Amino acid sequence: MGEACAVIGVGQTHYRSRRNDVSMAGLVREAALRALEDAGLTFGDIDAVVVGKAPDLFEGVMMPESYLADALGARGKPMMRVHTAGSVGGSTALVAAGLVQGGVHDRVLVVAWEKQSESNATWALSTHPPLTPSIVVGAGGYFAPHIRAYMRRTGAPAHIGTLVAVKDRQNALKNPYAHLRIPGISREMVESTPMLWEPIRYLETCPSSDGAAAMVLASADAARRAPNPPAWVHGGAMRSEPIFFAGRDTVSPRAGRDCAADVYAQAGITDPRYELDCAEVYVPFSWYEPMWLENLGFCGAGEGWKLTEAGATALDGDIPWNPSGGVLSSNPIGASGLIRFAEAAQQVRGLAGEHQVDGARRALGHAYGGGAQFYAMWVVGSDRP
Amino acid sequence: MRDIAVVAFAQTEHQGEDSGLSEVELLAPVITEVKQSTGLSRFGFTCSGSLDYLAGAPFSFVSALDAVGAWPPISESHVEMDAAWALYEAWVRLRHGDVDTALVYGFGKCSQVVREDGESGLPELMTLQLDPYYLAPLGPDQTSLAALQARAYLDAGHKEDDLRAVAVRSRAAGRANPYALDLAEPGEEEYEVAPLRPSDCPPVTDGAAVIVLAAGDRARELCERPAWIRGIDHRTDAHAFGARDLARSESAALAGERAGARDVEVAELHARFSHEELILRDALGLGDDVRVNPSGGPLAADPVMATGLIRIGEAANRIRSGEAGRVLAHASHGPCLQSNLVCVMEAQNHG
Repeated sequence: MGEACAVIGVGQTHYRSRRNDVSMAGLVREAALRALEDAGLTFGDIDAVVVGKAPDLFEGVMMPESYLADALGARGKPMMRVHTAGSVGGSTALVAAGLVQGGVHDRVLVVAWEKQSESNATWALSTHPPLTPSIVVGAGGYFAPHIRAYMRRTGAPAHIGTLVAVKDRQNALKNPYAHLRIPGISREMVESTPMLWEPIRYLETCPSSDGAAAMVLASADAARRAPNPPAWVHGGAMRSEPIFFAGRDTVSPRAGRDCAADVYAQAGITDPRYELDCAEVYVPFSWYEPMWLENLGFCGAGEGWKLTEAGATALDGDIPWNPSGGVLSSNPIGASGLIRFAEAAQQVRGLAGEHQVDGARRALGHAYGGGAQFYAMWVVGSDRP
Repeated sequence: MRDIAVVAFAQTEHQGEDSGLSEVELLAPVITEVKQSTGLSRFGFTCSGSLDYLAGAPFSFVSALDAVGAWPPISESHVEMDAAWALYEAWVRLRHGDVDTALVYGFGKCSQVVREDGESGLPELMTLQLDPYYLAPLGPDQTSLAALQARAYLDAGHKEDDLRAVAVRSRAAGRANPYALDLAEPGEEEYEVAPLRPSDCPPVTDGAAVIVLAAGDRARELCERPAWIRGIDHRTDAHAFGARDLARSESAALAGERAGARDVEVAELHARFSHEELILRDALGLGDDVRVNPSGGPLAADPVMATGLIRIGEAANRIRSGEAGRVLAHASHGPCLQSNLVCVMEAQNHG
């Protein structure tokens, strides 16, 4: 892992369907300035800028980091652009942390964003290039069969997804930045919404959001001078596997299990459910909570839905998942992973506000992407490792 | 910090037209080649660079994984930049100390970007990388913007003949390089966009390239004469053309200074237009004694997103063959040389 690295600043925009009040540059700058303010720094203190977002087709701007250089104060500095599909927000944070861990820089600004209102993500994901015809419409079309397979494999009852959809939206009511804030959210409300991709109903899927999130990552030296408590990186890892091949377990992909095992080993964690205080996990469709509970080793195979049903992952449960409301409540795609990483950091910094998990000292941030084949995770803690 | 070196480099025989191969098919043989030359089948880290807009579809890099053999799952990342930046990310990753080898690759199939009239659509496609509110709607294509920069350079006291000399030398070097395109010696040409003629502009190219990095003793085991990275740095300029002097490259100068761009014998520059080479020579302080782009450079083969990585591979080859002791490679990203990366390599390992 190299040198110690800490999160000393976090900034988020409010997530909305349309942020017509700002340009793309205005959007990323809003998040960046909030992160800098939290860190007690200005652009002049930053050594390098790392930008992440999902496919450029989502806004129709190719490699937009070049255009964003001015707004992010990157002139005269190194600037990189990461793109690893849906996991990109997590990967971007890890690439930025890597610059500190590799001893290259002391203060790195990392920003991830998406402005989905500029285009239509579902259609950007449903192109028809020659030779590789797309057989699905949007991400839900790809993931629904894997959810079906999970239900069949574990015998999970049909209402589990609804429970997650309600729980995460209840948490979102405590998060001022969340996009979907639905007063009185209930099982009846979720179950009354149309079926989009069987078994995923409208309110069991993530919204399309405009938004950006940013962090300032710092070396131990720089973290000492930060005005607010740091979150220390205890472990970080990425894993990828091919999308299609015979015998691939698409319900609990090995890349996810391997990635989690790597991060836990770095952080000295043997039982994540008991040794972590909360987790911000990429759950864009409700059923991915029980699926990832198993994949990430919070329980045995076939047990994930039982944890959800018993309320273990609720804000007052023994292992709260997505206290911020998660991807189900805010989804600027390219930023969604970084938001998970940043919310995990806010929990161990004690700065999560109304959705703070009492006494959280260690938290997991998780992101996945592509055909559930790209993973990025980190564990952060309030103590320096 | 541990020393890190280029221990293997492979590239396709780049093609000037669609050879019928997919990106994965371009990539698979060169990845196999470096696996064989190093004897490695697994790498501690893998990183690639590619551009979705060349394929006109999201996630170009997803299918590319099929060429790597990502099973069991691998530790992997991707930049939507020239793969030279993927190499930078891998270099940073190797500094952490827990892994010793990294696979880096880039690929671009520019032949699939075609206008309705059959001409290459690449220059117009690149308009999409401009400020979407104030610049892109004006529709300046890449060649026109390059011409604007070339004009700014000429206005600063240079001659069009200087551009011609770069084009002639690059094409001749390219004809001697089996991996580059076989492009004729420039004759009398109409302007493409004044002051640039077609031979001052990069040819449409399909291709891929792969580099293996290794750290410390592992590098010495894998390669008889590793090209040790003595300095690597990248910097960006402002995007707005009015906010910078197009006749110079401040970011290249800064990156060069930080990477140690001095006393080099060979320089491989990611100069996609003739004048860019001249601007970069000035920025990097390369004198007449430095051999620039002996491979022919991007004017002889430009598989976009691999072109910068190839510069690092070609420069490293001069070390690995024993031809040179200290070399420089450069890569660029963004319109009109907005961002620049400089990598200085040496035969001697001082670490």
